Amino acid sequence: MGNHSDGSPNHSGTVATAGQNEVEKFQDPGLPPHRLRLADTDPKAAKRAERQVAVLFGTSVVGTLIFLVAYFAIDLGEGAGIATIRLQNALLGLGTAFAMLGIGTGIVHWAKALMPDHEVSEERHAIRTEEDRQAAVRIVDDIVEETGIKRRPLIRNTLLGAVALAPLPAIAVFGDLGPRPDKKLAHTMWAPEEGKLKRLTRDPDGTPIKASDVTLGSAFHVIPEGLNELHEGKLNEKAKAVVLLMRLDPASLKPSAGREDWSYNGIVAYSKICTHVGCPVALYEQQTHHLLCPCHQSTFDLTQECKVIFGPASRPLPQLPIAVDNEGYLVATSDFKEPVGPSYWERDEHERSINS
Amino acid sequence: MKALSQKRRHPLAVIALLLMGLLVTGGLYAVATTVNEAKASTTSYSASDTAEGEKLFEANCATCHGMGASGTQDGPSLVGVGAAAVDFQVGTGRMPMQMNGPQAYKKPAQFNEEQTHQLSGYVASLGAGPAIPEEHLLDEKGDAAAGGELFRVNCAMCHNAAAAGGALTRGKFAPALADVSGKHIYEAMVTGPQNMPVFSDANVSPEGKRDIITFLKQIESNGSPGGADLGSLGPVAEGLFVWIAGLGVIIGFTIWLTSRTS
Amino acid sequence: MSAASTAEAPAFVAKTKTGRITDFVDARVGGSGILREFGRKVFPDHWSFMFGEVALYSFVILLLSGTFLTFFFDPSMAETHYAGSYVPLKNVEMSVAYSSSLNISFDIRGGLFMRQVHHWAALLFVASIAVHMLRVFFTGAFRKPREMNWVVGSVLLILAMAAGFTGYSLPDDLLSGNGLRIIDGVIKSIPVVGTYISFFLFGGEFPGTAVIGRLYMLHILLVPALILLMIVLHLFMVVVHKHTQYPGPGRNDGNVVGYPLGPVYAAKAGGFFFIVFGVIALMAAFFTINPIWNYGPYDPSPVSAGTQPDWYIGFVDGALRLMPGVIGDFHFEYVVFGYTLTLNVLLPALVPAGILFTVMFMYPWIEAWVTKDTREHHVLDRPRNAPTRTAIGVAGFVWYCVMWAAAGSDLIATHFHVSLNDVTYWLRALFFIGPVIAFVVAKRVALALQRKDREIALHGRETGRIVRLPHGEFIEVHAPLDEYKRYKLVGFESPAPLPAVPNEHGIVTRKEKRRAFLSKWFFEDRVAPATPAELEAAHGHHGHPAVGSAEENKSLSH
Repeated sequence: MGNHSDGSPNHSGTVATAGQNEVEKFQDPGLPPHRLRLADTDPKAAKRAERQVAVLFGTSVVGTLIFLVAYFAIDLGEGAGIATIRLQNALLGLGTAFAMLGIGTGIVHWAKALMPDHEVSEERHAIRTEEDRQAAVRIVDDIVEETGIKRRPLIRNTLLGAVALAPLPAIAVFGDLGPRPDKKLAHTMWAPEEGKLKRLTRDPDGTPIKASDVTLGSAFHVIPEGLNELHEGKLNEKAKAVVLLMRLDPASLKPSAGREDWSYNGIVAYSKICTHVGCPVALYEQQTHHLLCPCHQSTFDLTQECKVIFGPASRPLPQLPIAVDNEGYLVATSDFKEPVGPSYWERDEHERSINS
Repeated sequence: MKALSQKRRHPLAVIALLLMGLLVTGGLYAVATTVNEAKASTTSYSASDTAEGEKLFEANCATCHGMGASGTQDGPSLVGVGAAAVDFQVGTGRMPMQMNGPQAYKKPAQFNEEQTHQLSGYVASLGAGPAIPEEHLLDEKGDAAAGGELFRVNCAMCHNAAAAGGALTRGKFAPALADVSGKHIYEAMVTGPQNMPVFSDANVSPEGKRDIITFLKQIESNGSPGGADLGSLGPVAEGLFVWIAGLGVIIGFTIWLTSRTS
Repeated sequence: MSAASTAEAPAFVAKTKTGRITDFVDARVGGSGILREFGRKVFPDHWSFMFGEVALYSFVILLLSGTFLTFFFDPSMAETHYAGSYVPLKNVEMSVAYSSSLNISFDIRGGLFMRQVHHWAALLFVASIAVHMLRVFFTGAFRKPREMNWVVGSVLLILAMAAGFTGYSLPDDLLSGNGLRIIDGVIKSIPVVGTYISFFLFGGEFPGTAVIGRLYMLHILLVPALILLMIVLHLFMVVVHKHTQYPGPGRNDGNVVGYPLGPVYAAKAGGFFFIVFGVIALMAAFFTINPIWNYGPYDPSPVSAGTQPDWYIGFVDGALRLMPGVIGDFHFEYVVFGYTLTLNVLLPALVPAGILFTVMFMYPWIEAWVTKDTREHHVLDRPRNAPTRTAIGVAGFVWYCVMWAAAGSDLIATHFHVSLNDVTYWLRALFFIGPVIAFVVAKRVALALQRKDREIALHGRETGRIVRLPHGEFIEVHAPLDEYKRYKLVGFESPAPLPAVPNEHGIVTRKEKRRAFLSKWFFEDRVAPATPAELEAAHGHHGHPAVGSAEENKSLSH
């Protein structure tokens, strides 16, 4: 900390004394004298610079030729491998770079070495003259006066009202950009259809999974039965319904009240959609039983019903209640008991309506 | 104040400052790298000279994994982990581990092929587990596109879509898969080393695994059509590149452009 | 134009061919006034003045390459099976948008090159705008009369980010799809209307089949049109104001010193366009950008490790990563009157960006209010000569960089072999203390540099030549500066704090007190420029001019 910080001139020579006047300042010496370049005095140097510029322009011509040759001579037809594409891309780029840099550096070199390099000083003019300013203010005043808007508040106020409301249709006209949300976010494809429970199937091929397939330490990426057969809105359904299926030692699971029958022999299924902003939480560490989201690093602990133990998520991942059907395949006994994915304003309302 | 400012001018002040800086950065680094948890798991299954394997095991592995591979506090039991696990862990040099840490690192293998084979045989004899994959599954002649789809669903979230690797929690990571042999990739899938989940044949079929290996080997040998891949790390690497190299070169040009010629 | 004046036109006959062409055009469109105004207009020359041009030229390159891409890109989200030549995706189900992007990359000659040119130019566009704004900020070029142009420039920065973001999503690959999903999650966190906005943007539930087409319209029509409009405004104001210049001999607020537009400046600026194009072409030739073929088609189930946005959105993504969702037992998401409020998303997504942009837009007026400086400024401040402003800028920059680094926390962890969690903890701490440290350090460095300038102005430059005096003392010979170099070091203002003044009623308002407080904070640490008297003293003090003594050093080190 320097003493100058108290602003007192007594302590330090580095602080200006108050009221420092023009005499105490250095006077502007004006522009430094102009220094001649080599090319200004030596005709040989000028000639050399001229040749250099010409060579640079010549390089540009070569670049253009490289581009054309690369474009027409390299065939991307059948059988052309990645290496061919890479070669063509590199040559097209190299050609363009030469063509452009040749022109650019040539012109700049020309300007620097051969064009006059006297710095000139130009006066700045006020953006507006005082006369203009007064005239403008007078004109504006006159215009406002002639409209009489100040004297007729009724006109002014109704106009303001009309103008304020007029853009509303322009906003309303976008009302058909999308449907109303309703309760779509509250439901997924896992809800049993006509009493038939949905099987858990492998992503992406859609084959059902037997409980015995799920060995200790394994992780299955799961989609609901019938998803691949959907014609409309397949991705929309998939975006909500994807599930991660894992098997742990049943002793390490401590299900809370009401969730005792949601797992089967240590096999649990959790929504893969992060409760933070919706990335797939797909990183399963089979020894620590942590699930990690690769987008923002939210970490969920499988042994604590996917409670958040690190990162920006605030809510556990929703669990999918599962059981085994009489053929030994894993099925979802119901839809999720809460909306999956990131939170939204009506989320709590939807959760209550699911559970009522 | 004055005394301090005089001391600051002392010739040793620079050295003191340097030392302080080094100590602080070193300390910070040390703290930042202290990470929790470790352990690595392994597997079993194989054939003949189990006796040789047992000797090797007792000399090199039993300290952590216990006599008879029954496990100790420092290493898990290897009964039933199978030959594939041993072949992967020892073959990639992860075992024997250099030191306890968040994760075993890949390093030059400590045992030759024959010794690895003997160790696998010994561990396999202790209990049934995944075996070393057969040659025809490693021929890299599967369906790359199907393998790509499986890879994206099951592997890309940890290993990155271009298999460039990625971070896990608390100092663990999923390694890059370039230069890993098809056999080791296969073994990793069936045994789930360290924190990697197990992808049993019921989850991803042997043909699926073959497709995945085909896909990985194909993108590795293809390289990037667009030129250098900047580590396939995505937008962060691209952003760094444009700020450092792109803007750097352009600033160089601007300085040349506005300088006076002699 | 009247008939009479047309009849009089041939009175002046141009002597050269170019002169005749100029005259021909002029007689029809009346450009002579413009040419007279601009033909010899003076532009100051400094490398740091070129970043605006880099941005402008990148934009031109974006328009050119983008037009090429639109000829082949199809923004449809309809399902298709890939039939192009890239084997690892053969027959994979994907959207038409992704498939056409792959075709551009693999089956259209030069398509991959154009894609890479377009993307590299986009990154460079935003980066050069950012650097340009940093230059303008640190040199005080935003001061009167240029405040409005600073605002237009800030709008351009936001528009550039919007253009980049809408373009990033178009190929409909896995990376950008997950990016859109994050945006969807952020939108849904907006209280009351969030869900509706999300449904309106995506035409229903995420991902729907509408969003790519809509982003495409914004990307190729609305956003570029607005950018063009703003560029026109921006350049118009540059012409009205004339360019600023760095302080130096012969330069003051009443003039502008530099090269005339024709021919030198025009040649340099025109040539620079080709140079920028060439550099971008080199990057596109040898460095892959956005390898969409690696990511695969968008599918809501998979995700890739290292999912990040392009660099300019990175700071928001980093803020999202840094925010803890739960502290102890306190959850940042809670239910108010039966509705869900999710602050763990809302706060990091809006607050840091909100603070940065608000301060950015307001800064010219904030500083003018604090310093009560209503004069016009055409001569720039060297950053060291405005220590507090420089410190504010550096603090803001560091704050931004902490968030930026957080967006790559996973890559920092894997590349430096540290724990991902620890990286996050450290960055959380730096989020708060980083700007403070940066402020203090930057201010001290600026003041130190000022003192060094002062010393050089008074005692000359160190020559490294050690001389032994007759009585045995060793001194280093200092070479005196010529008056031009010296003026560069002393020709600046160092305003003192302005105490609170009472208003016309004789009352010192609370606002005025606050202003006075800020003014003190702004100016209390300062180093005054050396004066001729001091120089005289420095020379007269010792027998040998231009040789600094230990005593003098001491008095300077207070």
